[in-house]
Amino acid sequence: MSLLSVSNLRVDFNTRNGHTIAVNDISFSVEKGQITAIIGESGSGKSVACYSLLGLLPQPPASIESGQALFEGHDLLQMSEAELRAIRGRDIAMIFQDPMTCLNPFMTIGDQLIEPLIYHKKLSKNDALARAKELLVEVGIRDPDTTINNYPHEFSGGMRQRVMIAMALINEPKLLIADEPTTALDVTIQAQILKLIAELQTKRDIGVIFISHDLAVVADIADQIIVMEKGHLVERGNREQIFHKAQHPYTQKLLAAIPNSTKATSSHEPEPLIQVEHLKTYFETPSQLVKAVDDVSFQINKGEILGLVGESGSGKSTIGRSILRLLPVTAGKVSFAGTDITALKPSDLKAMRRRMQMIFQDPYASLNPRMSVYDTLAEPLLLHGLESRKTVEQAVLKLMDDVGLARAFIRKYPHEFSGGQRQRIAIGRALATKPDFIVADEPVSALDVTIQAQILDLMLALGQQYGLTMLFVSHDLAVVRHIADRIIVLYHGKIVEQGSSEALFNTPQDSYTQTLLQSIPGQSLRAS
Amino acid sequence: MWRFVIGRLLQAIPVIFVVITATFFLVRAAPGGPFDAEKAVIPEVKAALERQYRLDLPLHEQYFAYLGDLMQGDLGPSFKYPGRSINELIESGLPVTAELGAYALLIALVVGGLSGILAALRPNTLQDYIPMSLAMVGICMPTFLLGPLLVLLFGIELDWLPVSGWGDIPGDKLMPSITLGAAYAAYVARLSRAGMLEVLSQDYIRTARAKGLPEWQVVIKHGLRGGMLPVVAFLGPAFAGLLAGSFVVETIFQIPGLGRFYVQAAFNRDYTMILGTTVFLSTLIVLFNLLSDIVAAWLNPRLRAQLSE
Repeated sequence: MSLLSVSNLRVDFNTRNGHTIAVNDISFSVEKGQITAIIGESGSGKSVACYSLLGLLPQPPASIESGQALFEGHDLLQMSEAELRAIRGRDIAMIFQDPMTCLNPFMTIGDQLIEPLIYHKKLSKNDALARAKELLVEVGIRDPDTTINNYPHEFSGGMRQRVMIAMALINEPKLLIADEPTTALDVTIQAQILKLIAELQTKRDIGVIFISHDLAVVADIADQIIVMEKGHLVERGNREQIFHKAQHPYTQKLLAAIPNSTKATSSHEPEPLIQVEHLKTYFETPSQLVKAVDDVSFQINKGEILGLVGESGSGKSTIGRSILRLLPVTAGKVSFAGTDITALKPSDLKAMRRRMQMIFQDPYASLNPRMSVYDTLAEPLLLHGLESRKTVEQAVLKLMDDVGLARAFIRKYPHEFSGGQRQRIAIGRALATKPDFIVADEPVSALDVTIQAQILDLMLALGQQYGLTMLFVSHDLAVVRHIADRIIVLYHGKIVEQGSSEALFNTPQDSYTQTLLQSIPGQSLRAS
Repeated sequence: MWRFVIGRLLQAIPVIFVVITATFFLVRAAPGGPFDAEKAVIPEVKAALERQYRLDLPLHEQYFAYLGDLMQGDLGPSFKYPGRSINELIESGLPVTAELGAYALLIALVVGGLSGILAALRPNTLQDYIPMSLAMVGICMPTFLLGPLLVLLFGIELDWLPVSGWGDIPGDKLMPSITLGAAYAAYVARLSRAGMLEVLSQDYIRTARAKGLPEWQVVIKHGLRGGMLPVVAFLGPAFAGLLAGSFVVETIFQIPGLGRFYVQAAFNRDYTMILGTTVFLSTLIVLFNLLSDIVAAWLNPRLRAQLSE
């Protein structure tokens, strides 16, 4: 008998905007001792399906229309709230996507860890704390006696996710549901967390449901893969079947979206547009001096896309912002087409700003929610006097064509768009002033893989069309490889390696670069 | 943390100094004086009185003399209550005002907090609409209207509660406390509803539910602390408002508190009394704002970490 067997599950949403079927008649089963991956884009219903099993969906607006979910022979969907509560956190535990927001910032991690033990197993506080410390060691957190009294904000993202995993496993559940547990993490940390989940799963011989939008992430760990699209289950199979014999066009599209190619080397006249010499950007807090960028020199040639790779805290975003003078530079020199920007007066900076633009990571946060597409795109044009009030609408429509937004959307506001469409707006805004140089700061990290591939292709095409020079900042080597001509690897504010994408991937010299390369998910895919 | 407290106290010194200076000269700029009674006083008597209270000195000398006394904690003698010092008068009025303010605050926090939380648990249902509509009424209704209305209804029509006094007849403290607390209960209700709604939609609440905790534990253990932060931040300004409001309520219900002294002192041009109560109350307000900031930091570990840096 399967550990969990779901049949004919249908979940509907009734909102003011209408009626949608989020999960449409899906059936699947999860075996003990196996990892079952559910793959699909945002809105495919993969998370809804799992949340509905545990009664974690707010009802209304959600309603479970039909189906059966047998967990050890009992139907989860027929259980009362009290019965479900007894199962949640004891027999079935969950890990969520964003470890930054999923831990209570007001409680120590110790207090949060022991809650399931105290509530379900009626342990005394001291026994529970002792057990919690064992778990912390098991998930790779050193010095549990101290850390158990720390608050979530004192941990990095990867560490918090380890705490979440410890919390989920503390009652020895039989089924673990991991909802995009590595999506918010850097690739190196992602690789560690994936390894940890796989190890703990084998050791405890439990069933795992691993939800992700990225097929590559589960390529090394999943035993069974289910692909969902718009609420439907479109394909299922083991790793071999999905990765090498995919039938459904949607699965094939997901596979194609995995960035796996090096950009064809194109020759650029080695005429430097940006020259960075001995750049240092330090941040001072009352207790310490943070050397975010510590003596970095490089140049970007005209028409070139330079990839800047490193993990969180490596200083990669700081370099991008320092070049644009969005941050005060501590020392060093940045020249743009021969002009030293670090010495520019604020009045001369405006003209320079027109020629240098930025695209930010989070398209949900970087667009003003009270400005329509027209307002967002027209603002820089009018501000820099590039268009008059009469001609600006035509220019905005032209920009929308370029970035692939339908002209009909011109009066719409950011919340009416998907993440990928918003990033298109942000790209349009950056292109509006016809800049020579663009800093793209993790422009695809917040997007699903399929959308990620579309945006990368758009950026490549626009780069050619506009003759752009670009600094592409990312934590993900696979993404950078797809778009960049040359790559710089950054570690703790210093450059550890730089070279052409080709060379860096084939013959990495530095040990940190090698670690980064090994962290790219889907190693087994490439090997075969 | 101590550095933060001491820093804030040091910041308060110039604030209070400005309050003293501004009040001192503003009061003097108002026409009339403490001894300009309706019946004429003999010039010699007036001169003697003015000498006794240092009113014959040039204004700046009076100012520095007052500051000098203040440094030693002496708020000076009252002009209108001969033989009594301002310190004594404040001591006699403060317990009553403090008690009234404390009851009103208690009503505001308990009634307002509970109804806000209940409303946030079922937003956009009757459980939300009813308390929130009442809160809107509470905010709109001024104290000087609510007080007499309560007196009319419960004091005269129904004859359940005494209409005035403080501590003389059992139950006479109830109506003044409700009158003063009502508007603050309304604010607290709205703030705690908004705070709880925000917190209950956070991811970590879902984590708590996924652990299988019962709903009341989710709300109280995981939600309350974050949800009450806006209320705590409001407490400092609320305290200032409660003091000002207590002057009205004390007048309506004939309560011998600080507020009534204060209002009378303004009519009487009782310079030292006005100054003394102003200095005392502004110091209290500064202290309470500091207290509410400290409580907010205590509730929020991230803020605590920032302060201890």
